[in-house]
Amino acid sequence: MAQIIDMPKLSDTMTVGTLVKWLKKEGDAVKTGDMLAEVETDKATMELESFFDGTLLKIFAAAGSQVEIGAALCAIGKPGEKVDAPAAAPNAAPIAGAGVANPGPGSTSPATTKPAPAPASTPAPVAPPPAAAPARASGERVKISPLAKKLAAEKGIDPSRLTGSGPGGRIVRADVLAGEKSGAAKAAPASGASLPSGPSPFAKGPIQEERVVAVSNMRGAIARRLVESKTQLPHFYVEIEIDAAPLLALREQLNTGLEKEGVKLSVNDFILKASAEALRRVPQVNGSWEVAASGQGQIRYFGAAHVAFAVAIDDGLITPVIRDTHLKSVFQISTEAKTLGRRAKEKKLKPDEFTGGTFCVSNLGMMGIPRFSAIINPPNAAILAVGTTVTKPVVKNGQLAIGQTMVLTLSCDHRVVDGAVGAQYLNALRQLLESPALLLV
Amino acid sequence: MPVLTYREAIRHALAEELERDPNVVVMGEEVAQFNGAYKVTEGLLAKFGPKRIVDTPISEAGFIGMGVGASMLGVRPVMELMFWSFYSVAFDQILNNAANVRYMSGGQINCPIVIRGPANGGTNVGATHSHTPENVLANHPGVKVVVPATPADAKGLLKSAIRDNDPVFFLENTILYGDKGEVPEGDVLVPLGRADVKRAGTDLTIVTYGRCVLHSLAAAELLAKEHDVSVEVVDLRTIRPLDIDTVLASVAKTHRVLIVEEQKPFASVGSQLAFMIQREAFDELDAPIHRLATIDAPAIYSPPVEVEQLPNPRRVLQAALEVLA
Repeated sequence: MAQIIDMPKLSDTMTVGTLVKWLKKEGDAVKTGDMLAEVETDKATMELESFFDGTLLKIFAAAGSQVEIGAALCAIGKPGEKVDAPAAAPNAAPIAGAGVANPGPGSTSPATTKPAPAPASTPAPVAPPPAAAPARASGERVKISPLAKKLAAEKGIDPSRLTGSGPGGRIVRADVLAGEKSGAAKAAPASGASLPSGPSPFAKGPIQEERVVAVSNMRGAIARRLVESKTQLPHFYVEIEIDAAPLLALREQLNTGLEKEGVKLSVNDFILKASAEALRRVPQVNGSWEVAASGQGQIRYFGAAHVAFAVAIDDGLITPVIRDTHLKSVFQISTEAKTLGRRAKEKKLKPDEFTGGTFCVSNLGMMGIPRFSAIINPPNAAILAVGTTVTKPVVKNGQLAIGQTMVLTLSCDHRVVDGAVGAQYLNALRQLLESPALLLV
Repeated sequence: MPVLTYREAIRHALAEELERDPNVVVMGEEVAQFNGAYKVTEGLLAKFGPKRIVDTPISEAGFIGMGVGASMLGVRPVMELMFWSFYSVAFDQILNNAANVRYMSGGQINCPIVIRGPANGGTNVGATHSHTPENVLANHPGVKVVVPATPADAKGLLKSAIRDNDPVFFLENTILYGDKGEVPEGDVLVPLGRADVKRAGTDLTIVTYGRCVLHSLAAAELLAKEHDVSVEVVDLRTIRPLDIDTVLASVAKTHRVLIVEEQKPFASVGSQLAFMIQREAFDELDAPIHRLATIDAPAIYSPPVEVEQLPNPRRVLQAALEVLA
């Protein structure tokens, strides 16, 4: 079956791309990694890379034409294979690949920016076997009441697997509740389940339905940026264990006092504050590697600490930014982080609320992870990974004692931050967190 | 609690307010010597005299205009329209002048007039005497529109209407005049702009007002008995200001809505309600909002056919089952 290559979303603000020039013509043999065409977005001209081996069967978009995201550009397949005319471009298709019949896993992002090295060995996926047939052909509109739709999303139920009992087969609330009870229509985690609450220990049968799903814009962006980060930024990691007892004690004391006002400070609020204060002490970390117009490398140092923090949301994560964290009190940070976190989960953040961070904090402590290392979120030069507080034996004044510790791991871009600087930063952070009253003055 | 008819409840409200405030006067065709075309004002002339209870010529444009002017000068007139159907004769006085004067005078002139009278079909008085203009009236910013369903609400709302400083249009119903109900004694006000849940339920919200509240309650009984469906009946009581919060709270509870109104359906109160509900509670809806209105034709003269033209318990029940499908 021929693969349809569609217009990918190549920048956050892109809605259409201009097909500048085809680098292959119909009938040409195409290999994975070959450049098919040049596409101009609102930001740059990029090359469209093939993720398939075969023959360029058909070109749908003429050179010079403007093509909406998700609209078909060309088809690749076996020589002589018949290609169906593509469906009309969906209006402002939100996902590259949407609207195209049976997109293969690679067809959702067949382009990379120029300097990005091609992934070491992109397998040229043979047209995958069709996923187990869902209740409806993918893309067919599901008739569902607004309430049932909301409920299904909350419960992680895939409405396309429900049978509607309402007029004209409309799925209503009762159908969602019945589907939840039977457990038959649980959506795949990728399509929007909330954080795992743990499967039933008695579950039997297949782990999940075998299938290929087109990825959302967000997942596409995560994939693109993190591949870029992990392949282009020379990461190194430094780690420190801190005594978390003073921080936990202070937090408890403050929260007892603030209870009446309905305020509850989290450990992360203090860490956000401390990471900004530590940037004041070791400002080299608050920077960004850049390439000047001349092509020369340069480092931009920021005067303000805008600390971003990772929030897990349906099918991805986002990093809302607390502007001028270094100027704000823990209390202010807490309020702002709560609002941003809520808005992030509702997917209501405005672009200026999740861009422009100069440093990032990722905390898996609430999920019981003792330590981990994070991938730097470019253009930041570092990211702090925060583990959970662990109660364990420690040596205090030569005596064994029960302590509460926390491991902080800093991932650094070695182009900007050297090992000694990373170590200084973590030491500054430790000092602040072990004497947390410093964060209140 | 004393049991009064809807007619008596309105009369008590008038009498109490006439007693309380010397600026209150009652004017209209046949309100004084004839004791009211529908006997609402019976006995008021004898008690309050011809300066407070005033008969007017058959000229709505003239006497409503007079009432509007008097209200601007501090009198608190309660004007009776023998039928609300005749409001169109005084359209300019009511909706061009009374409705706009507070705004156009920059708040210097209030217009505390009440215009009341019956506005309903169902009595075979023909198309020219059966108008229900609450939607037309409520379309005008600056006015308040009240349609009471029960004696208690009629009394409490009329007292609030008389004390309100804006034009309040009070739409009664000739068929309800003889209905009896418990009415709290004394100076008990029902605030304007507050809906009332007349029956609590969990499966369907019927939003309604006026006589249709009674039809809806009757249908709700049948639905509970014969179909095991629990219906909540929200009585708007005031069309403008509209208590959308109470409606939305009910929708959030039941997720299905039927609007019932004795109104021609085109651009009706129900149209506005349906817009507001879907706008504010889209994600709460488990079925499209449904509406039962008067069948879209001039009021039909034939008694058996007019019954079917208007909402009635059987039609409400049928419409409810459609929303519950």
